[in-house]
Amino acid sequence: MAKMNMLQAINSALMIALEEHPKACVFGEDVGYFGGVFRATSGLQETFGKSRVFNTPLVEQGILGFANGLAAQGVKAIAEIQFADYIFPAFDQIVNETAKFRYRSGNEFNVGNLVIRTPYGGGIAGGLYHSQSPEAYFAHTPGLKLVFPRNAYQAKGLLASSIEANDPVIFFEPKRLYRASVGEVPEEKYLIPLDKAEIIKGGNDVTLLAWGAQVEIIEKAAEMAEKQGISCEVIDLRTVLPWDVETVANSVIKTGRLIISQEAPLTGGFASEISATIQSECFLHLESPIDRVCGLDTPYPLAQEKEYMADHLKVYEAILRSVQY
Amino acid sequence: MNPTLRKGKVPPNNNNQAVYPDRESFYWSKITLVMGLRGSLMGKLNNIDNPNNITKEETLKLEFISENALSIPVFKMMDADGELYDGACHSSLDKDTAIKIYETMRFIRILDERMLAAQRQGRISFYMQCLGEEAAVTASAAALESQDMIFAQYREQAALAYRGFELEQFMHQNFSNSKDLGKGRQMPIHYGSNALNYMTISSPLGTQIPQAAGYAYGQKLDGNGGCTICYFGEGAASEGDFHAGLNMAAVHKAPVIFFARNNGYAISTPASEQFKGDGIACRGVGYGMKSIRVDGVDTLAVYEAVKLAREYAVKNNEPILIESIAYRLAAHSSSDDPTGYRSKDEEENFRLNCPVNRFRNYLIKQNWLDEQEDESSKETIRKEVLAALKKAEVVEKPSLEDLITDVYEEVPQHLRKQMDELKAHIAKYPEHYPASSGAKGENH
Repeated sequence: MAKMNMLQAINSALMIALEEHPKACVFGEDVGYFGGVFRATSGLQETFGKSRVFNTPLVEQGILGFANGLAAQGVKAIAEIQFADYIFPAFDQIVNETAKFRYRSGNEFNVGNLVIRTPYGGGIAGGLYHSQSPEAYFAHTPGLKLVFPRNAYQAKGLLASSIEANDPVIFFEPKRLYRASVGEVPEEKYLIPLDKAEIIKGGNDVTLLAWGAQVEIIEKAAEMAEKQGISCEVIDLRTVLPWDVETVANSVIKTGRLIISQEAPLTGGFASEISATIQSECFLHLESPIDRVCGLDTPYPLAQEKEYMADHLKVYEAILRSVQY
Repeated sequence: MNPTLRKGKVPPNNNNQAVYPDRESFYWSKITLVMGLRGSLMGKLNNIDNPNNITKEETLKLEFISENALSIPVFKMMDADGELYDGACHSSLDKDTAIKIYETMRFIRILDERMLAAQRQGRISFYMQCLGEEAAVTASAAALESQDMIFAQYREQAALAYRGFELEQFMHQNFSNSKDLGKGRQMPIHYGSNALNYMTISSPLGTQIPQAAGYAYGQKLDGNGGCTICYFGEGAASEGDFHAGLNMAAVHKAPVIFFARNNGYAISTPASEQFKGDGIACRGVGYGMKSIRVDGVDTLAVYEAVKLAREYAVKNNEPILIESIAYRLAAHSSSDDPTGYRSKDEEENFRLNCPVNRFRNYLIKQNWLDEQEDESSKETIRKEVLAALKKAEVVEKPSLEDLITDVYEEVPQHLRKQMDELKAHIAKYPEHYPASSGAKGENH
């Protein structure tokens, strides 16, 4: 196995997809000869040519509109939105078109071939418009799948599965970890199931749940808590929509406690959805209120980024509150 | 460079370092740097001579281009009596195709009339007529090949009929019954057919425009000589997706025919309150594509224009913009009442300019249509339409299961659970949900 960072892992998954599917296309702003602003698509145009790997004009709604049509035509359409903060001009194409394509046509047509890759999340001094985690907007839209890798290995396997899937996927890439997450990644193709959470570490006293870059944060908090003799079960949700209720509920039935952490603001976030479902599924097993450790209900700040973020210390404090309740 | 400028001082546009403001010169120095590293690749971008991607005409005259500089003419071939104008283009329309176009227009007019009445009677919830635009829609569809994809807006049922969508299928969709291809999920007139290459209609306006560009790009990759036509109204051309779609298609060289139906109105808003420029056709030039304006009441003109556009689009892998000029004689939809925003006189004036009659006159002059036969056919079609309507309205509704299928390729667990809960609830109150429980409703 080779050592790869997350960008190399993503690049490798794209390379394999373009080889396997002679009609697959990779496109977006600056993804062509430049290889993307983060270089995730580096070298793809050189290998597969300009007709399959190409720059688009600066028009997110155009990228996704084009991608919907291309996917409906039978092409594995892999579109990049340069930052998740800039996905909103394409909101209508995603919410009203992508998500409803199969349903509204009675399965006459579908865009299951579509994968939207987009870097998301903070911790990189990106301020309001290079830091957001907009998953909750999309989680409210039946028909989409939302996938979050936490490291390089997960990124390659989950991206390969997203490309194989016959449902449209938004693949949220934690840009803070693009180069920071380095690990053993197989050169060849492998698949990691969508819709399945992963228990990263077993434990008995409290369940910690997160997705994407936030998994690293809850792992760090768990280490701190373990030193205090608190046994934490750490779960990576991996797919936010549709999400794996069973794995989370089984864990909470065992531990009696749940802390969910997300980068996005607290109010209306996906942590709230999980919280509602788990209190309903596990009501009689709960030893303490389910807690959410999230970003503040403000736009994403710049100078006060450290204070704003749901960091490991905030999660650690939530663990203490939960076990001492 | 313009040779007339050589004697004077050269306008300061050739020395990028000296002329460009700071940001651009920074950009330029970066480009140069990258070129040094990857010279061969960057060379392909042709940035060295023309980084701004312009035609580079130069002038010493301080002059603005007029907003109506193009003043695009309307291409036409025949007059209201169905007579070809002197000097008109040669018509390549053969008899069989001409008859098929006429029969489709005749059918759509009868279908529209009957279905609007059905809506007024409360038998269906909603309807939209093609009245006044039958020639534009039918003749454009007739100029395509059957492998070509159609992305319509919602008023193009004639194109679908031309492709062979059965009367019964129209009815099943309008009654959202279990035989509707769309499984009863969309309001009436939201047709779609994979077999006939007719993309399912989506209510949000303009979303089909960039999608058509993407679909056509896929056809180009296939290399089978297929293309896409994309219909939309002059109102929808104000949506951001119009700009997005035309620009994407032009830049990526997608073989798509953008067919703008300028019918004068977007619900109540007249074209004069929709845009300021010379219609829609002039915009094509801005996106770098060939454009034409055609008389949408003139079947022959529409047919020739689309036929030529198709040939060009497929041969050169380029998009084309066609603006068809007609008048939306009907209300926007069954929910609209035009008396609130336009006069009867205006409508009557345009009613005289009927596309179906004009083409009928042409066919009679060619001896391709027997008037008496035509009249008796209309009667037969009316009877068939009514019979099909009566049949479709008693076909059972889609099954309850169809509520949760096709959200994803396979029904996920959480939806299965929600369905189980719903079924248990319906079983408890069957009289409140007669369509799915089979029980008699409270009010029946």
